Amino acid sequence: MSYIIKGETGDWELVIGLEVHAQVISNAKLFSGAATAFGADANTQVSFVDAGFPGMLPTINSVCVEQAVRTGLGLKAKINKRSVFARKNYFYADLPQGYQISQFDLPIVGEGEIILDLPDGTSRTVGIERLHLEQDAGKSVHDQHPSKSFIDLNRSGVALMEIVSKPDMRTPEEAGAYLRKLRAILRYLETCDGNMDEGSMRCDVNVSVRKAGEPYRTRCEIKNVNSVRFVMQAIEIEAKRHVEVYESGGDIVQETRLFDPNRGETRSMRSKEHAHDYRYFPDPDLLPLEFDDAFVEAIRVTLPELPDEKKARFVETYGMTGYDAGVLVMEKETAAYFEEAAKGRDGKQVANWLITTLFGGLNKKGLSITESPISPAQLGQLVDLVNDNTISGRLAKDVFEIMLEEGKDPAVIVEERGMKQVTDTGAIEAACDAVIAANPDKAQDVRDGKEKLIAWFIGQVMKATQGKANPGMLQEILKKKLLG
Amino acid sequence: MTSLLDLSLAEARDGLRAKEFTAVELTDAYLGMVEKHRDLNAYITETPDLAREQAKAADAALAAGTAGAMAGIPVGIKDLFCTEGVLTTAASHILDGFKPPYESTVSANLKKAGAVMLGKLNLDEFAMGGSNQTSYYGPAKNPWKAEGSDVDLVPGGSSGGSAAAVSARMALAATGTDTGGSIRQPAAYCGITGIKPTYGRCSRFGIIAYASSLDQAGPMTRTVRDAAIMLGSMAGFDPKDSTSADVALPDFEAALTGDIRGLKVGIPQEYRPEGLDPEINALWDKGIDMLKAAGAEVVDISLPHTKYALATYYIIAPAEASSNLARYDGLRFGLRVEGKTLDEMYAKTRAAGFGEEVQRRILMGTYVLSAGYYDAYYLKAQRVRARIAEDFRNAFKTVDVILTPTAPTPAFGIGANMDDPIAMYLNDVFTVPTSLAGLPGLSVPVGLSSTGLPLGLQLIGRPFDEETVLRAGDVLEKAAGFSAVPSLVKG
Repeated sequence: MSYIIKGETGDWELVIGLEVHAQVISNAKLFSGAATAFGADANTQVSFVDAGFPGMLPTINSVCVEQAVRTGLGLKAKINKRSVFARKNYFYADLPQGYQISQFDLPIVGEGEIILDLPDGTSRTVGIERLHLEQDAGKSVHDQHPSKSFIDLNRSGVALMEIVSKPDMRTPEEAGAYLRKLRAILRYLETCDGNMDEGSMRCDVNVSVRKAGEPYRTRCEIKNVNSVRFVMQAIEIEAKRHVEVYESGGDIVQETRLFDPNRGETRSMRSKEHAHDYRYFPDPDLLPLEFDDAFVEAIRVTLPELPDEKKARFVETYGMTGYDAGVLVMEKETAAYFEEAAKGRDGKQVANWLITTLFGGLNKKGLSITESPISPAQLGQLVDLVNDNTISGRLAKDVFEIMLEEGKDPAVIVEERGMKQVTDTGAIEAACDAVIAANPDKAQDVRDGKEKLIAWFIGQVMKATQGKANPGMLQEILKKKLLG
Repeated sequence: MTSLLDLSLAEARDGLRAKEFTAVELTDAYLGMVEKHRDLNAYITETPDLAREQAKAADAALAAGTAGAMAGIPVGIKDLFCTEGVLTTAASHILDGFKPPYESTVSANLKKAGAVMLGKLNLDEFAMGGSNQTSYYGPAKNPWKAEGSDVDLVPGGSSGGSAAAVSARMALAATGTDTGGSIRQPAAYCGITGIKPTYGRCSRFGIIAYASSLDQAGPMTRTVRDAAIMLGSMAGFDPKDSTSADVALPDFEAALTGDIRGLKVGIPQEYRPEGLDPEINALWDKGIDMLKAAGAEVVDISLPHTKYALATYYIIAPAEASSNLARYDGLRFGLRVEGKTLDEMYAKTRAAGFGEEVQRRILMGTYVLSAGYYDAYYLKAQRVRARIAEDFRNAFKTVDVILTPTAPTPAFGIGANMDDPIAMYLNDVFTVPTSLAGLPGLSVPVGLSSTGLPLGLQLIGRPFDEETVLRAGDVLEKAAGFSAVPSLVKG
């Protein structure tokens, strides 16, 4: 897949790297015992440590460490058994300590990788540069008072994993696929809920452009883009800006920019006077973070089957296409639904129902797979009813619609509404006879060679039997009766 | 009859248990002194009501037989320790009106052991200084005066209020904190005992941070035994401080056996620089002879990186301070000076709230951590710090304890050195290396200068071997027989 910006001076290629801030799933904050739940009233989940009170000291929450290691293992990354917390110093109203505790030159997780499944069926590996643990800042609210800003410290001190990719992506689609895949992995691992709309996964985008074969040019960082769609848009817009600047003889300045989706533009965020010198240094309040192999192994054995492995297994076990398997594994809930529905059945057939019918139905109703009114067992039963000829494929669609509304077992629906397929030869013959008798002219036409009209007869008999006639049998009987 | 005020902590403890007097009586005696010598400016905040209440509780506990090790002992708390509901200032304008809703672990431990808090003691602002002259609340005065002089002297610093109060019997004992000598140097200047324990021995939780990798709390008392008793109540592992050491807490008082036969005492040649006051030299020699006479073996040692210690300290400590003090921004507690923008509010608040010395150290610290200077200053200082620690490790392969002077001079006059920060920093020259190495250091008063001012010697020990330090200190103290008191106590 290639994505090229055609400029006046030739073709430009994109170079994209993403920094994702993923909020760690943990009950307590990274360095304090305060709660982390989303949506609480302002400043109700704040300890004196989070508020930067005098004499308060951070103590590491081991759950957050485990979550970072778990994520590192999920990204097939190097786990650093010794890492160091450093202070990143800057003044801001929502940063009570005047510094953020982060990791600088010795992060907890080193290089890893993510495999992207692209829509054209190809795969691409994107390198992970590092993952480090850090504290989140509080939230500034600027629109509540004409001259003052309000500060909510609930988020202050919540653990984040900053996951930095290598500049390995070349198209907006790859960036989108990277985010979706990373989110899937985090959700499988249960280390981050991945909800970008709640801010528990945030993305900074690094973009530059270059001519083929050139070394990297200057990049710009677009801060805090909060959806996959916006990330892709921001990349396109920023890359075009770079090309325009270069082609009009200008130069790109390395800077932080903000994406405005309403105006469809990026804007410079910080003026030169506020260029930050973060004065990183090891936090003297915390000892280096050290653990042994046993700690890592104890986490490794609890890792779930991850999307890539699950996908490979689905292809292998159920004989489905890589694309279908990729769709099913993207959300672990979907994969689990599928596996339950496919138990003892033809996986390919169940996958088909799931992807083409169930997804569509849920989509229409605005429901997620976990909210599906149709249980996996019920979907499986529906497939069974088709396979054992209890209902026709056509009626099965109707049964499905009723299931979606009523949540009942398919067998019950079929029974209640008399939708069972008629496989009784006598009954079908009688219905055929009646239709033929009522339409002698058309019957004659068939006999005279207009064999296409058989389809019309099938339709009429189906109508007469409310669709319950077994289609195969019906065709056979009609042909025999009309053509002899 | 001896006055209650003449009793050491150990004697007062025994007297309380023997019901010779009550904690309320003892406390009242000290509260009287707090009032009497208010002009020394040793206290920033007095808490007499709280003290009487705690004394009553201590008497009840003593009667019930449930008294802790410090039951009924009236102590002063350096105003760097957060005390729940009691104004805590760090002697800075920027903490105006700050009453912490929590208690520091060390002061909580003392409370639990039954200690009575008389009030919060003066100090250099944010513990930055060696003479208590940088306090927003004005300098504390040394109760001592040179013979025939009426010049007010500094008590040393930063724990100047603590040293002055213990020396003037305005507290039976006090807490101090020591970052580069802030317990030991004022103890020496005021003729009392003070120990900076091993880094990690006392929890830093609730102590307002100056330089986190160096700050350590310790007791300031009248005798070595008192220091041993009080340290036992202050120290201990605290899960709320990641740098607190999870090591066993020994019975420090039991370590005072009086027997140091065969103890190897190191004498570092680097602590005898050219130009060292001959009086200090002579005192040191006297101390060496005393330990020898008690059966110790004296060994000449070398701590080759000593000369870099002061420069190293004045890079690392301000670097950490510049970051530690970033939280004083006028937003959530303490002083706020409004501005038209957030940045203006920061600038105005911090300009008004911090004194000159604090601003100087914030600037130095910010500078040495800046991009382009970090490697040359901070990183290099950390490397030198490791070498200094290594010097001590090597020395302790052959000796058990090291004896040095505590400070290069006796107490000086208030106002002196204020225009010369470097001269002021030189007071820390003998105490700073111990701090950088995180080792325990004890200052014991050993003699008087020709002008009649107290002089101290310092004993330095292996990490978490306060017991040996205290044992040697106890022997040195007894041999020196230092019994002088400031004339205001006599009168």
